[in-house]
Amino acid sequence: MTHAVHDLGGQPAGPIEFAEHERTFFDQRVDAMMRILAHPEHGHYTVDAMRRAVESLPENQYFELGYYERWVRAIKQLVVEKGLLSEDELNCKLAALRSEQRPA
Amino acid sequence: MSGDHHHPHGDKAHDHDSHAPVSEAHDISSESALLERALRELLIEKNIFTAGDLRRQIELTESRTPELGAKVVARAWTDAQYKARLLADAKPAIENLLGIDLNLTPELTVVENTAARHHVICCTLCSCYPRAVLGIPPAWYKSPEYRARVVREPREVLAEFGTQLPDDVEIRVVDSTADMRYMVLPLRPRDTGHLSEQELIALITRDSMIGVSVLAGSQY
Repeated sequence: MTHAVHDLGGQPAGPIEFAEHERTFFDQRVDAMMRILAHPEHGHYTVDAMRRAVESLPENQYFELGYYERWVRAIKQLVVEKGLLSEDELNCKLAALRSEQRPA
Repeated sequence: MSGDHHHPHGDKAHDHDSHAPVSEAHDISSESALLERALRELLIEKNIFTAGDLRRQIELTESRTPELGAKVVARAWTDAQYKARLLADAKPAIENLLGIDLNLTPELTVVENTAARHHVICCTLCSCYPRAVLGIPPAWYKSPEYRARVVREPREVLAEFGTQLPDDVEIRVVDSTADMRYMVLPLRPRDTGHLSEQELIALITRDSMIGVSVLAGSQY
């Protein structure tokens, strides 16, 4: 039987891990960005589009990435799809941020 | 993706073995942090939203806590008419009681635990949760382990939370979706008739409104 990567119901899995992860600024910002962009008033995309983007991540990425890491990739996919940002703009920005971070 | 196919190239450490137990990483990579910053700065530069919008959204999200759900539960325990309205149509009943706007919240249903039937909520597909009344879901709720197992072996999963229910209590696992969320109305503990609504609120835990635990003094 085939099933989509996110369709976990009934799959084998280990014990529940109870450690609460610290909620980071990263988590908060990604969560807020997703909510603002998916807000019906702005209409940039819907929650369903967001889920489609998260659920279409390659299987290895889905499990390797943390929860909000999946979300940030989904946001990237959707803002490019919707034409809010271009792939080029994003790549330039990422390159600029990387060179900023590199020690002199 | 096939759940059954085998990866012939065992050298790929990044392949997820579909027969291995599901689990996920927790650390945020620098790549993810960089991507978040790039998106945020560009979207603010382009006036898609402002830094103030982002801050207000974070504040709104953080303001939602299980205390809200507890207020709803305590009122339902003490006011039979309110409980009937809550179970029939949860959103207006919650909006009226708490004075919050649930216009943008997906459908919300409150499921009642009784001595004969216990409910536990989950979201096997992602992380849908009644955030409007319980806040941010705990990490374990979003974990592959909880999502995968609670629908197949709820009693075993509840036992890991220290929750043992008599065998004759039916357990219903309620799977949430992006469009429909659930909150559990836990069983009212015995001998709490003399407590005020405020005192009752203090007894009600987040986990009892998810259904992974029962309140101390619950009688089956």
